[in-house]
Amino acid sequence: MKTFGVDITSTDIVDTLTFFDSWDDRYKYIIDLGKELPPMNASDHVDENLIRGCQSKVWLSSESREGRLFFNVDSDAFIVKGLLAIVLAAYNGKTPAEIRAFDINGFFESIDLMRHLSTTRGSGLQAMVARIQMLAA
Amino acid sequence: MPASHTNFDVAKVRADFPILNQLVNGHPLVYLDNAATTQKPQAVIDALVHYYTCDNSNVHRGAHTLSDRATAKFEAARKTVAAFINAESASQIIWTRGSSESINLVAASWGGANLKSGDRILVSALEHHSNIVPWQMIAEKTCASVVPIPVDESGTINMVAFSALLDSRVKMVAVNQVSNALGTINPVEEIIRLAHSVGAKVLVDGAQAIAHWPVDVQAINCDFYAFSGHKLFGPTGIGVLYGKRELLEQMPPYQGGGEMIETVSFDGTTYNQLPYKFEAGTPDIAGAIGLAAAIDYLNSLDRVALAAHEDALLAYATKKALAVPGLKIIGTAQSKAAVLGFVLEGIHPSDIGMLLDQQGIAVRTGHHCAQPLMEQYGIPGTVRASFSFYNTFDDIDRLFAALEKVRQLLL
Repeated sequence: MKTFGVDITSTDIVDTLTFFDSWDDRYKYIIDLGKELPPMNASDHVDENLIRGCQSKVWLSSESREGRLFFNVDSDAFIVKGLLAIVLAAYNGKTPAEIRAFDINGFFESIDLMRHLSTTRGSGLQAMVARIQMLAA
Repeated sequence: MPASHTNFDVAKVRADFPILNQLVNGHPLVYLDNAATTQKPQAVIDALVHYYTCDNSNVHRGAHTLSDRATAKFEAARKTVAAFINAESASQIIWTRGSSESINLVAASWGGANLKSGDRILVSALEHHSNIVPWQMIAEKTCASVVPIPVDESGTINMVAFSALLDSRVKMVAVNQVSNALGTINPVEEIIRLAHSVGAKVLVDGAQAIAHWPVDVQAINCDFYAFSGHKLFGPTGIGVLYGKRELLEQMPPYQGGGEMIETVSFDGTTYNQLPYKFEAGTPDIAGAIGLAAAIDYLNSLDRVALAAHEDALLAYATKKALAVPGLKIIGTAQSKAAVLGFVLEGIHPSDIGMLLDQQGIAVRTGHHCAQPLMEQYGIPGTVRASFSFYNTFDDIDRLFAALEKVRQLLL
């Protein structure tokens, strides 16, 4: 299984999404990214990991190893799960300083579809990003 | 695609709604979110532009021509609304910001003055949060309680259970005429008759009914009726509360400010007469005028034909929905307004909404501000397609073709 942030980077994602011509190929790719996420342990599906304000359920757990933050995410919606995978490609396995320095909005801006979805409150993207930035503060 | 069985010309009315003629994500817009808000005909847009271009002024206090003109139009709008719902008098039409504020006004003012410990407020399990939370807030203050009226699997109010709940403790029954999440049409006349038999008052939330067929507040004999302008092809920010005169006169003001007073002194203030007693501050003058324009527009159409067209759209959509594998319709009451709520097995409603949007189709997904109802069905939410008279059979074909694409992508 590939590791987000290591084997699949934010640059890979921008390149791939830019390569596709049709919206359905882009969405297929996003949905597939979600399917490549490592499964979240049932014990992590708890209220304190639940991110509020999303239309679908979104969970985020994290751990710190050797000064780097590693995240585990899950959602009951396919597309949201794929979007979470994209966020992890930017943040997973990075140091708090790297996370703070990363221009996430610039990253979203560089992908047409993410620009649209990141402002959709129901997608949960902004809430997820805010939680990760808080953990890296 | 069925031929319309009326001589209703949908292409002609669509031309009155400029917003419908656009591409969304490269596809012609299919707008199926009419229960959230309806689109505005050119006549409403023109009325707003005209008001701000020619008449804008504050109402009821100016010593000048513009103020007289604005006041005349603003008060004429109140008369238009009164006639539209057959209120006894225009003074029983209170301008609010929308259905939610209308209900909050009644809960705070009527509820604050009349509820006491041990009293009960019945609300149906179909209610929008707007017709639950204001009652919970006043119940907390007055030590009254809010009791749900059960709803069966089809989304129909259980009238036997409702009758059994009625006793002298019940002081208010608050129900919607049409459920926003499911489209169920509730038997409000019977509910009102039964509630009155134990001395309870009835507030009808008409937000989802008002756009679909003529409402007669005297015929249904409700004590209060609430609706929003924006769900009736009018502007956002304007709404209506109708109330029976003797109730409105007994009720204390809701908010304090300008307009609602007669005289103000630090020794004591006296309040204005109806309807101004409930209208503190400068009202949404343009909104009221825009709403009257929407009503005039509707009155220029054959409303029987509009309702028949909407019924035909719902029947067609329901038939197509039943043929989709794994699709379950949520809300199967005998009597329904043009709302199709559904879930697709194995797919979250939010995924469906996003992928329909990519194909130019606007629906609502989620709990529809009716969380207790979604909890009863054990689902996180639904996809809701809600129709208006400007929708076409082709819109429904587009919805189901797009839904097939969603299934291919996700299953």
